[in-house]
Amino acid sequence: MTTKKLTISSTTIALVGLMTTLSLTVCNPSFANSTLEKITNSKSITMGVRDSSGALSYTLGDGKYTGFHVEICKRVIADLEKQLKTSLQIKYQLVTSQNRIPLVQNGTVDIECGSTTNNATRQKDVAFAVTTYVEDVRIAVKANSGITSIAQLVNKKVATTTGTTSVQLLRKHEKANGVNFEEVFGKDHADSFLLLESGRTDAFVMDGSILAGNIAMSKNPKDFKIVGEVLNTEPIAIMLPKEDAEFKKFVDASIIKMMKDGTIAKMYQQWFLDPIPPKNVRVGLELSQNTKDAWANPNDKPAEEYSKK
Amino acid sequence: MTFDLSILCKSTLEEEYSPICFGETFQPLLLGINDQTYLDWLLKAWGWTLSVSIIGLMLALIIGISIGTLRTLPGKTLIGRSSLYFANCWVELFRNIPVLVQVFLWYHVIPLMLPFLKSVPSYLLVSFALAFFTSARIAEQVKAGIQSLPRGQQAAALALGLSTFQSYRFVILPMALRIVIPPLTSEAMNIVKNSSVAFAVSVSELTMFAMQTQEETSRGIEMYLAVTILYVITAFSVNRIMGIIERKTRIPGLSLSSSSGAH
Repeated sequence: MTTKKLTISSTTIALVGLMTTLSLTVCNPSFANSTLEKITNSKSITMGVRDSSGALSYTLGDGKYTGFHVEICKRVIADLEKQLKTSLQIKYQLVTSQNRIPLVQNGTVDIECGSTTNNATRQKDVAFAVTTYVEDVRIAVKANSGITSIAQLVNKKVATTTGTTSVQLLRKHEKANGVNFEEVFGKDHADSFLLLESGRTDAFVMDGSILAGNIAMSKNPKDFKIVGEVLNTEPIAIMLPKEDAEFKKFVDASIIKMMKDGTIAKMYQQWFLDPIPPKNVRVGLELSQNTKDAWANPNDKPAEEYSKK
Repeated sequence: MTFDLSILCKSTLEEEYSPICFGETFQPLLLGINDQTYLDWLLKAWGWTLSVSIIGLMLALIIGISIGTLRTLPGKTLIGRSSLYFANCWVELFRNIPVLVQVFLWYHVIPLMLPFLKSVPSYLLVSFALAFFTSARIAEQVKAGIQSLPRGQQAAALALGLSTFQSYRFVILPMALRIVIPPLTSEAMNIVKNSSVAFAVSVSELTMFAMQTQEETSRGIEMYLAVTILYVITAFSVNRIMGIIERKTRIPGLSLSSSSGAH
Protein backbone atom coordinates (compact mmCIF):
# COMPACT_ATOMS: atom_id res chain seq x y z
CA MET A 1 0.00 0.00 0.00
CA THR A 2 2.72 2.41 0.98
CA THR A 3 4.49 1.92 -2.33
CA LYS A 4 1.29 2.62 -4.22
CA LYS A 5 0.65 5.86 -2.33
CA LEU A 6 4.23 6.91 -2.89
CA THR A 7 3.96 6.33 -6.63
CA ILE A 8 0.80 8.37 -6.84
CA SER A 9 2.21 11.29 -4.90
CA SER A 10 5.43 11.37 -6.93
CA THR A 11 3.40 11.34 -10.14
CA THR A 12 1.36 14.23 -8.80
CA ILE A 13 4.51 16.14 -7.89
CA ALA A 14 5.94 15.50 -11.34
CA LEU A 15 2.70 16.68 -12.95
CA VAL A 16 2.51 19.80 -10.82
CA GLY A 17 6.14 20.50 -11.61
CA LEU A 18 5.51 20.10 -15.33
CA MET A 19 2.47 22.36 -15.19
CA THR A 20 4.43 25.04 -13.33
CA THR A 21 7.24 24.95 -15.87
CA LEU A 22 4.72 25.14 -18.68
CA SER A 23 2.81 28.04 -17.18
CA LEU A 24 6.05 29.86 -16.38
CA THR A 25 7.31 29.58 -19.94
CA VAL A 26 3.94 30.47 -21.38
CA CYS A 27 2.96 33.31 -19.11
CA ASN A 28 6.23 35.02 -18.19
CA PRO A 29 8.14 35.32 -21.40
CA SER A 30 9.73 38.70 -20.93
CA PHE A 31 12.94 39.16 -19.01
CA ALA A 32 13.49 41.88 -16.49
CA ASN A 33 16.64 43.07 -18.24
CA SER A 34 16.38 45.21 -21.33
CA THR A 35 17.56 43.85 -24.65
CA LEU A 36 20.45 46.34 -24.85
CA GLU A 37 21.64 45.31 -21.40
CA LYS A 38 21.45 41.64 -22.36
CA ILE A 39 23.40 42.27 -25.58
CA THR A 40 26.09 44.27 -23.75
CA ASN A 41 26.54 41.62 -21.09
CA SER A 42 26.68 38.63 -23.45
CA LYS A 43 28.59 40.47 -26.21
CA SER A 44 26.31 38.68 -28.67
CA ILE A 45 23.02 39.27 -30.43
CA THR A 46 20.60 36.67 -31.80
CA MET A 47 19.13 37.42 -35.20
CA GLY A 48 16.01 35.53 -36.30
CA VAL A 49 16.21 34.59 -39.98
CA ARG A 50 14.12 32.64 -42.52
CA ASP A 51 15.29 29.97 -44.93
CA SER A 52 13.22 30.97 -47.95
CA SER A 53 11.38 34.27 -47.66
CA GLY A 54 12.12 35.48 -51.17
CA ALA A 55 14.85 38.11 -51.42
CA LEU A 56 14.02 39.40 -47.93
CA SER A 57 15.63 36.65 -45.93
CA TYR A 58 16.97 33.31 -47.12
CA THR A 59 19.72 30.80 -46.64
CA LEU A 60 22.76 30.21 -48.82
CA GLY A 61 23.22 26.87 -47.09
CA ASP A 62 25.96 26.00 -44.62
CA GLY A 63 24.45 28.17 -41.85
CA LYS A 64 24.82 31.36 -43.92
CA TYR A 65 21.87 33.73 -44.27
CA THR A 66 21.36 36.78 -46.41
CA GLY A 67 18.70 38.95 -48.03
CA PHE A 68 17.42 42.52 -47.96
CA HIS A 69 16.24 42.42 -44.34
CA VAL A 70 19.20 40.39 -43.07
CA GLU A 71 21.62 42.95 -44.55
CA ILE A 72 19.65 45.84 -43.01
CA CYS A 73 19.91 44.09 -39.64
CA LYS A 74 23.65 43.58 -40.09
CA ARG A 75 24.05 47.35 -40.58
CA VAL A 76 21.90 48.04 -37.51
CA ILE A 77 24.13 45.70 -35.52
CA ALA A 78 27.25 47.48 -36.86
CA ASP A 79 25.76 50.75 -35.54
CA LEU A 80 25.06 49.01 -32.26
CA GLU A 81 28.71 47.94 -32.01
CA LYS A 82 29.79 51.57 -32.48
CA GLN A 83 27.33 52.75 -29.83
CA LEU A 84 28.33 50.08 -27.28
CA LYS A 85 32.03 50.37 -28.26
CA THR A 86 32.41 46.61 -28.36
CA SER A 87 32.28 43.92 -31.01
CA LEU A 88 29.23 41.69 -31.01
CA GLN A 89 28.94 38.09 -32.10
CA ILE A 90 25.91 37.57 -34.37
CA LYS A 91 24.08 34.31 -33.69
CA TYR A 92 21.61 33.23 -36.37
CA GLN A 93 18.43 31.51 -35.29
CA LEU A 94 16.30 30.02 -38.05
CA VAL A 95 12.64 30.79 -37.40
CA THR A 96 9.40 29.73 -39.11
CA SER A 97 6.12 31.57 -39.39
CA GLN A 98 4.84 29.30 -36.61
CA ASN A 99 7.52 30.01 -34.00
CA ARG A 100 8.85 33.50 -34.82
CA ILE A 101 6.50 35.40 -32.45
CA PRO A 102 6.96 33.10 -29.41
CA LEU A 103 10.76 33.20 -29.91
CA VAL A 104 10.84 37.01 -29.92
CA GLN A 105 8.48 37.10 -26.93
CA ASN A 106 10.56 34.77 -24.78
CA GLY A 107 13.81 36.55 -25.61
CA THR A 108 15.45 33.77 -27.66
CA VAL A 109 15.55 36.10 -30.66
CA ASP A 110 16.59 39.74 -30.16
CA ILE A 111 15.82 40.99 -33.66
CA GLU A 112 13.81 39.08 -36.28
CA CYS A 113 14.83 39.87 -39.85
CA GLY A 114 12.47 37.82 -41.97
CA SER A 115 9.26 38.71 -43.76
CA THR A 116 6.83 39.43 -40.95
CA THR A 117 3.72 41.48 -41.67
CA ASN A 118 3.17 44.22 -39.12
CA ASN A 119 -0.48 43.93 -38.04
CA ALA A 120 -2.56 45.00 -35.07
CA THR A 121 -2.96 41.49 -33.60
CA ARG A 122 0.80 40.96 -33.58
CA GLN A 123 1.44 44.39 -32.07
CA LYS A 124 -0.22 43.04 -28.91
CA ASP A 125 2.62 40.51 -28.58
CA VAL A 126 5.68 42.12 -30.19
CA ALA A 127 6.98 45.46 -31.49
CA PHE A 128 7.99 46.33 -35.05
CA ALA A 129 10.73 48.60 -36.33
CA VAL A 130 9.78 51.19 -38.96
CA THR A 131 8.43 49.57 -42.13
CA THR A 132 11.25 48.80 -44.54
CA TYR A 133 9.29 47.08 -47.30
CA VAL A 134 5.65 47.21 -48.39
CA GLU A 135 4.30 44.06 -49.98
CA ASP A 136 1.57 44.09 -52.62
CA VAL A 137 -0.52 40.95 -53.01
CA ARG A 138 -0.84 40.22 -56.75
CA ILE A 139 -1.92 37.54 -59.23
CA ALA A 140 0.49 35.47 -61.31
CA VAL A 141 -0.87 33.76 -64.42
CA LYS A 142 0.45 32.08 -67.55
CA ALA A 143 1.41 34.76 -70.05
CA ASN A 144 -0.86 33.28 -72.74
CA SER A 145 -3.92 32.87 -70.48
CA GLY A 146 -5.45 36.27 -71.29
CA ILE A 147 -6.34 36.85 -67.64
CA THR A 148 -5.78 40.45 -66.57
CA SER A 149 -7.85 40.94 -63.44
CA ILE A 150 -9.29 39.13 -60.45
CA ALA A 151 -12.80 39.44 -61.92
CA GLN A 152 -11.78 36.95 -64.62
CA LEU A 153 -10.84 34.38 -62.00
CA VAL A 154 -14.44 33.79 -60.86
CA ASN A 155 -15.18 30.04 -60.75
CA LYS A 156 -11.63 29.32 -61.89
CA LYS A 157 -8.93 27.45 -60.00
CA VAL A 158 -6.71 29.71 -57.91
CA ALA A 159 -3.60 28.50 -56.08
CA THR A 160 -2.37 30.00 -52.86
CA THR A 161 -0.18 28.75 -50.02
CA THR A 162 -1.41 27.28 -46.73
CA GLY A 163 -0.44 29.39 -43.74
CA THR A 164 -0.46 32.77 -45.48
CA THR A 165 -2.75 35.78 -45.19
CA SER A 166 -3.64 35.42 -48.90
CA VAL A 167 -5.94 32.50 -48.02
CA GLN A 168 -7.98 34.80 -45.78
CA LEU A 169 -7.80 37.58 -48.35
CA LEU A 170 -9.39 35.39 -51.05
CA ARG A 171 -12.07 34.25 -48.61
CA LYS A 172 -12.92 37.86 -47.75
CA HIS A 173 -12.97 38.82 -51.42
CA GLU A 174 -15.40 35.97 -52.18
CA LYS A 175 -17.73 37.03 -49.37
CA ALA A 176 -17.59 40.75 -50.16
CA ASN A 177 -18.27 40.31 -53.88
CA GLY A 178 -20.47 37.23 -53.70
CA VAL A 179 -18.19 35.31 -56.06
CA ASN A 180 -16.50 31.96 -55.86
CA PHE A 181 -12.96 30.75 -56.61
CA GLU A 182 -11.91 27.13 -56.59
CA GLU A 183 -9.02 27.49 -54.19
CA VAL A 184 -6.21 24.97 -54.29
CA PHE A 185 -3.76 25.19 -51.40
CA GLY A 186 -0.08 24.43 -51.96
CA LYS A 187 1.89 23.33 -48.94
CA ASP A 188 4.60 25.92 -49.67
CA HIS A 189 5.25 28.58 -52.31
CA ALA A 190 7.21 26.23 -54.58
CA ASP A 191 4.30 23.80 -54.47
CA SER A 192 1.74 26.51 -55.29
CA PHE A 193 3.87 27.67 -58.20
CA LEU A 194 4.07 24.09 -59.45
CA LEU A 195 0.25 24.01 -59.45
CA LEU A 196 0.25 27.03 -61.77
CA GLU A 197 3.11 25.72 -63.89
CA SER A 198 1.55 22.28 -64.40
CA GLY A 199 -1.79 23.82 -65.36
CA ARG A 200 -3.67 22.51 -62.34
CA THR A 201 -4.68 26.08 -61.50
CA ASP A 202 -5.23 29.20 -63.60
CA ALA A 203 -3.59 31.64 -61.20
CA PHE A 204 -1.40 31.94 -58.13
CA VAL A 205 -2.32 34.69 -55.66
CA MET A 206 0.51 35.71 -53.35
CA ASP A 207 2.86 38.46 -52.21
CA GLY A 208 4.39 40.16 -55.26
CA SER A 209 8.00 39.51 -54.22
CA ILE A 210 7.33 35.78 -53.84
CA LEU A 211 5.62 35.61 -57.24
CA ALA A 212 8.47 37.52 -58.89
CA GLY A 213 11.05 35.29 -57.16
CA ASN A 214 9.33 32.06 -58.23
CA ILE A 215 8.92 33.27 -61.81
CA ALA A 216 12.57 34.31 -61.93
CA MET A 217 13.67 30.84 -60.74
CA SER A 218 11.35 28.92 -63.11
CA LYS A 219 12.44 27.10 -66.26
CA ASN A 220 10.83 29.64 -68.61
CA PRO A 221 10.25 32.97 -66.82
CA LYS A 222 8.71 34.41 -70.01
CA ASP A 223 5.76 32.00 -69.74
CA PHE A 224 4.42 33.78 -66.68
CA LYS A 225 3.39 37.28 -65.80
CA ILE A 226 2.09 39.21 -62.83
CA VAL A 227 -1.20 40.91 -63.67
CA GLY A 228 -4.14 42.76 -62.26
CA GLU A 229 -4.89 45.09 -59.43
CA VAL A 230 -3.09 45.11 -56.09
CA LEU A 231 -5.33 42.91 -53.93
CA ASN A 232 -3.88 43.93 -50.60
CA THR A 233 -1.03 45.95 -49.17
CA GLU A 234 0.95 44.77 -46.17
CA PRO A 235 3.81 46.51 -44.39
CA ILE A 236 6.70 44.11 -43.75
CA ALA A 237 9.01 45.05 -40.92
CA ILE A 238 11.79 43.87 -38.67
CA MET A 239 10.31 42.41 -35.48
CA LEU A 240 11.55 43.41 -32.01
CA PRO A 241 10.69 42.50 -28.41
CA LYS A 242 7.69 44.37 -27.01
CA GLU A 243 7.97 47.00 -24.31
CA ASP A 244 11.63 47.79 -24.92
CA ALA A 245 11.34 51.37 -26.13
CA GLU A 246 15.08 51.98 -25.77
CA PHE A 247 16.02 49.14 -28.15
CA LYS A 248 13.27 50.01 -30.66
CA LYS A 249 14.36 53.67 -30.64
CA PHE A 250 17.92 52.66 -31.45
CA VAL A 251 16.94 50.25 -34.26
CA ASP A 252 14.48 52.79 -35.74
CA ALA A 253 17.11 55.56 -35.69
CA SER A 254 19.61 53.32 -37.44
CA ILE A 255 17.10 52.31 -40.16
CA ILE A 256 15.85 55.88 -40.66
CA LYS A 257 19.46 56.96 -41.20
CA MET A 258 19.71 54.37 -44.02
CA MET A 259 16.46 55.68 -45.52
CA LYS A 260 17.63 59.29 -45.45
CA ASP A 261 21.12 58.76 -46.90
CA GLY A 262 19.89 56.47 -49.69
CA THR A 263 21.62 53.32 -48.41
CA ILE A 264 18.33 51.44 -48.32
CA ALA A 265 17.54 52.35 -51.95
CA LYS A 266 20.94 50.97 -53.01
CA MET A 267 20.25 47.81 -51.04
CA TYR A 268 16.85 47.47 -52.74
CA GLN A 269 18.59 47.71 -56.11
CA GLN A 270 21.05 45.04 -54.99
CA TRP A 271 18.45 42.52 -53.75
CA PHE A 272 15.43 43.07 -55.98
CA LEU A 273 16.85 44.26 -59.31
CA ASP A 274 20.42 42.96 -59.60
CA PRO A 275 21.29 39.25 -59.80
CA ILE A 276 21.45 37.70 -56.32
CA PRO A 277 23.26 34.64 -54.99
CA PRO A 278 23.27 31.66 -54.98
CA LYS A 279 21.96 31.21 -58.58
CA ASN A 280 22.70 34.77 -59.76
CA VAL A 281 19.20 35.39 -61.04
CA ARG A 282 17.21 38.62 -60.85
CA VAL A 283 14.00 38.87 -58.82
CA GLY A 284 13.14 41.85 -61.02
CA LEU A 285 10.62 43.61 -58.81
CA GLU A 286 10.51 47.39 -59.33
CA LEU A 287 10.35 49.61 -56.25
CA SER A 288 6.65 50.23 -55.50
CA GLN A 289 5.14 53.59 -54.64
CA ASN A 290 4.01 52.23 -51.25
CA THR A 291 7.55 51.23 -50.31
CA LYS A 292 8.84 54.63 -51.47
CA ASP A 293 6.24 56.33 -49.27
CA ALA A 294 7.21 54.19 -46.28
CA TRP A 295 10.85 55.28 -46.71
CA ALA A 296 9.92 58.96 -47.13
CA ASN A 297 7.77 58.97 -43.99
CA PRO A 298 9.17 56.29 -41.67
CA ASN A 299 6.38 54.74 -39.57
CA ASP A 300 5.35 51.51 -37.88
CA LYS A 301 1.68 51.57 -38.83
CA PRO A 302 0.02 48.11 -38.89
CA ALA A 303 -1.52 46.55 -42.03
CA GLU A 304 -4.99 47.65 -40.90
CA GLU A 305 -4.00 51.32 -41.49
CA TYR A 306 -3.06 50.50 -45.08
CA SER A 307 -6.33 48.76 -45.90
CA LYS A 308 -8.36 51.76 -44.66
CA LYS A 309 -7.19 53.87 -47.58
CA MET B 1 0.91 34.92 -23.91
CA THR B 2 -2.17 33.40 -22.32
CA PHE B 3 -4.54 30.68 -23.40
CA ASP B 4 -7.62 32.19 -24.95
CA LEU B 5 -9.85 29.57 -26.50
CA SER B 6 -12.57 32.15 -27.17
CA ILE B 7 -10.65 32.77 -30.41
CA LEU B 8 -12.61 29.78 -31.77
CA CYS B 9 -15.82 31.83 -31.51
CA LYS B 10 -14.39 34.57 -33.74
CA SER B 11 -15.68 35.07 -37.25
CA THR B 12 -13.19 34.04 -39.93
CA LEU B 13 -14.03 37.19 -41.90
CA GLU B 14 -14.70 40.04 -39.49
CA GLU B 15 -13.28 41.12 -36.16
CA GLU B 16 -16.37 39.97 -34.30
CA TYR B 17 -17.24 37.18 -31.92
CA SER B 18 -20.33 34.97 -32.06
CA PRO B 19 -22.19 34.57 -28.73
CA ILE B 20 -22.73 30.82 -29.22
CA CYS B 21 -19.46 30.18 -31.04
CA PHE B 22 -21.23 28.92 -34.15
CA GLY B 23 -22.04 31.11 -37.13
CA GLU B 24 -22.75 28.98 -40.18
CA THR B 25 -23.94 25.84 -38.44
CA PHE B 26 -26.75 27.44 -36.42
CA GLN B 27 -27.56 30.39 -38.65
CA PRO B 28 -31.33 30.42 -37.94
CA LEU B 29 -30.64 30.84 -34.22
CA LEU B 30 -28.51 33.93 -34.73
CA LEU B 31 -29.73 37.31 -35.72
CA GLY B 32 -26.43 39.08 -36.15
CA ILE B 33 -23.56 36.90 -37.29
CA ASN B 34 -23.90 34.38 -40.04
CA ASP B 35 -20.23 34.27 -40.97
CA GLN B 36 -18.27 31.11 -40.47
CA THR B 37 -16.54 31.06 -37.08
CA TYR B 38 -13.27 29.24 -36.46
CA LEU B 39 -15.21 26.59 -34.55
CA ASP B 40 -17.42 25.93 -37.61
CA TRP B 41 -14.28 25.61 -39.69
CA LEU B 42 -12.62 23.34 -37.12
CA LEU B 43 -15.56 20.92 -37.20
CA LYS B 44 -15.58 20.93 -41.01
CA ALA B 45 -11.86 20.19 -40.97
CA TRP B 46 -12.52 17.31 -38.57
CA GLY B 47 -15.09 16.02 -41.04
CA TRP B 48 -12.46 15.97 -43.79
CA THR B 49 -9.99 14.13 -41.55
CA LEU B 50 -12.66 11.53 -40.74
CA SER B 51 -13.76 11.16 -44.38
CA VAL B 52 -10.25 10.67 -45.71
CA SER B 53 -9.43 8.23 -42.89
CA ILE B 54 -12.60 6.17 -43.24
CA ILE B 55 -12.43 5.87 -47.06
CA GLY B 56 -8.74 5.04 -46.76
CA LEU B 57 -9.29 2.45 -44.02
CA MET B 58 -12.12 0.65 -45.82
CA LEU B 59 -10.08 0.36 -49.03
CA ALA B 60 -6.97 -0.61 -47.07
CA LEU B 61 -8.82 -3.44 -45.28
CA ILE B 62 -10.24 -4.88 -48.49
CA ILE B 63 -6.94 -4.70 -50.38
CA GLY B 64 -4.81 -5.63 -47.37
CA ILE B 65 -6.77 -8.77 -46.55
CA SER B 66 -6.76 -9.89 -50.20
CA ILE B 67 -3.04 -9.26 -50.68
CA GLY B 68 -2.19 -10.81 -47.30
CA THR B 69 -4.13 -13.95 -48.25
CA LEU B 70 -2.45 -14.14 -51.67
CA ARG B 71 0.92 -14.07 -49.96
CA THR B 72 0.16 -17.33 -48.15
CA LEU B 73 -0.96 -19.28 -51.24
CA PRO B 74 1.02 -22.46 -51.86
CA GLY B 75 2.12 -21.23 -55.32
CA LYS B 76 2.06 -24.62 -56.98
CA THR B 77 0.10 -23.62 -60.09
CA LEU B 78 0.99 -20.83 -62.54
CA ILE B 79 -1.90 -18.66 -61.31
CA GLY B 80 -0.88 -19.30 -57.69
CA ARG B 81 2.73 -18.39 -58.42
CA SER B 82 1.92 -15.22 -60.34
CA SER B 83 -0.55 -13.99 -57.72
CA LEU B 84 2.04 -14.69 -55.02
CA TYR B 85 4.58 -12.70 -57.03
CA PHE B 86 2.10 -9.86 -57.58
CA ALA B 87 1.26 -9.71 -53.85
CA ASN B 88 4.95 -9.64 -52.89
CA CYS B 89 5.59 -6.78 -55.31
CA TRP B 90 2.56 -4.88 -54.02
CA VAL B 91 3.72 -5.06 -50.40
CA GLU B 92 7.35 -4.18 -51.13
CA LEU B 93 6.38 -1.27 -53.39
CA PHE B 94 3.90 0.43 -51.09
CA ARG B 95 5.71 -0.37 -47.85
CA ASN B 96 9.04 1.08 -48.94
CA ILE B 97 7.92 4.52 -50.18
CA PRO B 98 7.22 7.20 -47.54
CA VAL B 99 3.54 8.03 -47.36
CA LEU B 100 4.04 11.74 -48.14
CA VAL B 101 5.97 10.84 -51.31
CA GLN B 102 3.16 8.48 -52.32
CA VAL B 103 0.64 11.28 -51.87
CA PHE B 104 2.71 13.54 -54.14
CA LEU B 105 3.07 10.78 -56.74
CA TRP B 106 -0.71 10.34 -56.82
CA TYR B 107 -1.36 14.06 -57.01
CA HIS B 108 1.40 15.40 -59.24
CA VAL B 109 3.00 12.55 -61.19
CA ILE B 110 0.42 9.86 -61.98
CA PRO B 111 -2.15 12.37 -63.39
CA LEU B 112 0.50 13.32 -65.98
CA MET B 113 0.39 9.75 -67.28
CA LEU B 114 -3.33 9.17 -66.72
CA PRO B 115 -4.96 12.54 -67.48
CA PHE B 116 -8.45 11.44 -66.30
CA LEU B 117 -7.09 11.46 -62.72
CA LYS B 118 -6.80 15.26 -62.96
CA SER B 119 -10.55 15.54 -62.52
CA VAL B 120 -10.59 13.22 -59.49
CA PRO B 121 -10.96 15.32 -56.29
CA SER B 122 -7.77 15.47 -54.27
CA TYR B 123 -9.34 13.98 -51.14
CA LEU B 124 -10.00 10.78 -53.08
CA LEU B 125 -6.42 10.68 -54.38
CA VAL B 126 -5.15 11.06 -50.82
CA SER B 127 -7.52 8.33 -49.66
CA PHE B 128 -6.10 6.02 -52.34
CA ALA B 129 -2.54 6.85 -51.38
CA LEU B 130 -3.24 6.23 -47.68
CA ALA B 131 -5.20 3.07 -48.51
CA PHE B 132 -2.40 1.57 -50.62
CA PHE B 133 0.26 2.47 -48.06
CA THR B 134 -1.78 0.99 -45.21
CA SER B 135 -2.86 -2.05 -47.28
CA ALA B 136 0.78 -3.17 -47.50
CA ARG B 137 1.04 -3.09 -43.72
CA ILE B 138 -2.31 -4.81 -43.19
CA ALA B 139 -1.31 -7.48 -45.72
CA GLU B 140 1.76 -8.32 -43.66
CA GLN B 141 -0.31 -8.61 -40.49
CA VAL B 142 -2.93 -10.80 -42.16
CA LYS B 143 -0.15 -12.99 -43.55
CA ALA B 144 1.37 -13.30 -40.09
CA GLY B 145 -2.06 -14.14 -38.67
CA ILE B 146 -2.59 -16.92 -41.22
CA GLN B 147 0.89 -18.32 -40.68
CA SER B 148 0.35 -18.39 -36.92
CA LEU B 149 -2.37 -21.02 -37.37
CA PRO B 150 -1.32 -24.66 -37.09
CA ARG B 151 -0.69 -26.10 -40.58
CA GLY B 152 -3.05 -28.95 -39.80
CA GLN B 153 -6.03 -26.56 -39.99
CA GLN B 154 -5.70 -26.11 -43.72
CA ALA B 155 -4.81 -29.74 -44.29
CA ALA B 156 -7.93 -30.79 -42.39
CA ALA B 157 -10.09 -28.38 -44.37
CA LEU B 158 -8.77 -29.75 -47.66
CA ALA B 159 -9.18 -33.33 -46.42
CA LEU B 160 -12.86 -32.56 -45.80
CA GLY B 161 -13.18 -31.83 -49.50
CA LEU B 162 -13.15 -28.01 -49.36
CA SER B 163 -11.51 -26.16 -52.24
CA THR B 164 -8.60 -23.82 -51.52
CA PHE B 165 -10.97 -20.85 -51.70
CA GLN B 166 -13.45 -22.52 -49.35
CA SER B 167 -10.72 -23.49 -46.89
CA TYR B 168 -9.68 -19.83 -46.65
CA ARG B 169 -13.24 -18.55 -46.54
CA PHE B 170 -14.62 -20.92 -43.91
CA VAL B 171 -11.62 -22.10 -41.89
CA ILE B 172 -8.44 -20.03 -42.15
CA LEU B 173 -9.55 -16.40 -42.47
CA PRO B 174 -12.23 -16.45 -39.76
CA MET B 175 -9.55 -17.51 -37.28
CA ALA B 176 -6.66 -15.50 -38.67
CA LEU B 177 -8.63 -12.25 -38.77
CA ARG B 178 -9.64 -12.64 -35.13
CA ILE B 179 -5.97 -13.02 -34.21
CA VAL B 180 -4.91 -9.85 -36.04
CA ILE B 181 -7.56 -7.51 -34.60
CA PRO B 182 -5.08 -5.93 -32.10
CA PRO B 183 -2.49 -4.95 -34.77
CA LEU B 184 -5.32 -3.86 -37.09
CA THR B 185 -6.44 -1.51 -34.30
CA SER B 186 -3.04 0.16 -34.46
CA GLU B 187 -3.30 0.47 -38.24
CA ALA B 188 -6.75 2.02 -37.97
CA MET B 189 -5.43 4.56 -35.47
CA ASN B 190 -2.37 5.17 -37.64
CA ILE B 191 -4.42 5.98 -40.71
CA VAL B 192 -6.20 8.73 -38.76
CA LYS B 193 -2.85 10.26 -37.84
CA ASN B 194 -1.34 9.67 -41.29
CA SER B 195 -4.31 11.47 -42.85
CA SER B 196 -2.55 14.69 -41.80
CA VAL B 197 -0.44 14.42 -44.99
CA ALA B 198 -3.61 15.36 -46.90
CA PHE B 199 -2.93 19.03 -46.15
CA ALA B 200 -0.07 18.86 -48.67
CA VAL B 201 -2.50 18.37 -51.55
CA SER B 202 -5.11 20.92 -50.59
CA VAL B 203 -7.53 18.92 -48.45
CA SER B 204 -8.60 21.30 -45.70
CA GLU B 205 -8.38 18.82 -42.86
CA LEU B 206 -7.24 19.39 -39.27
CA THR B 207 -3.54 19.94 -39.95
CA MET B 208 -4.24 22.49 -42.66
CA PHE B 209 -6.74 24.18 -40.33
CA ALA B 210 -4.05 24.50 -37.66
CA MET B 211 -1.40 25.80 -40.07
CA GLN B 212 -3.73 28.33 -41.65
CA THR B 213 -5.51 29.62 -38.56
CA GLN B 214 -2.40 30.07 -36.46
CA GLU B 215 -1.27 32.52 -39.12
CA GLU B 216 -4.63 34.32 -39.33
CA THR B 217 -5.25 34.61 -35.61
CA SER B 218 -1.69 34.60 -34.19
CA ARG B 219 -3.08 32.12 -31.66
CA GLY B 220 -1.10 29.05 -32.71
CA ILE B 221 -0.99 27.34 -29.32
CA GLU B 222 -4.79 27.37 -28.95
CA MET B 223 -5.33 26.18 -32.51
CA TYR B 224 -2.82 23.33 -32.30
CA LEU B 225 -4.28 22.41 -28.89
CA ALA B 226 -7.81 22.18 -30.30
CA VAL B 227 -6.60 20.10 -33.24
CA THR B 228 -4.55 17.80 -31.00
CA ILE B 229 -7.58 17.14 -28.80
CA LEU B 230 -9.67 16.18 -31.85
CA TYR B 231 -6.95 13.82 -33.13
CA VAL B 232 -6.76 12.18 -29.69
CA ILE B 233 -10.55 11.84 -29.49
CA THR B 234 -10.68 10.32 -32.99
CA ALA B 235 -7.84 7.87 -32.47
CA PHE B 236 -9.18 6.84 -29.06
CA SER B 237 -12.69 6.29 -30.47
CA VAL B 238 -11.20 4.07 -33.15
CA ASN B 239 -9.43 2.14 -30.41
CA ARG B 240 -12.69 1.66 -28.46
CA ILE B 241 -14.70 0.67 -31.55
CA MET B 242 -12.10 -1.95 -32.42
CA GLY B 243 -12.27 -3.12 -28.79
CA ILE B 244 -16.02 -3.63 -29.15
CA ILE B 245 -15.54 -5.49 -32.44
CA GLU B 246 -12.95 -7.71 -30.79
CA ARG B 247 -15.35 -8.57 -27.94
CA LYS B 248 -18.36 -9.12 -30.22
CA THR B 249 -16.51 -11.44 -32.58
CA ARG B 250 -14.88 -13.52 -29.85
CA ILE B 251 -15.97 -17.17 -29.96
CA PRO B 252 -16.65 -18.43 -26.44
CA GLY B 253 -14.39 -21.29 -25.47
CA LEU B 254 -12.09 -20.84 -28.43
CA SER B 255 -8.82 -19.36 -27.34
CA LEU B 256 -6.65 -18.36 -30.27
CA SER B 257 -3.71 -16.86 -28.47
CA SER B 258 -1.14 -19.48 -27.64
CA SER B 259 -0.03 -17.88 -24.35
CA SER B 260 -3.35 -18.54 -22.64
CA GLY B 261 -3.99 -21.60 -24.70
CA ALA B 262 -5.36 -24.34 -22.49
CA HIS B 263 -7.82 -26.22 -24.65
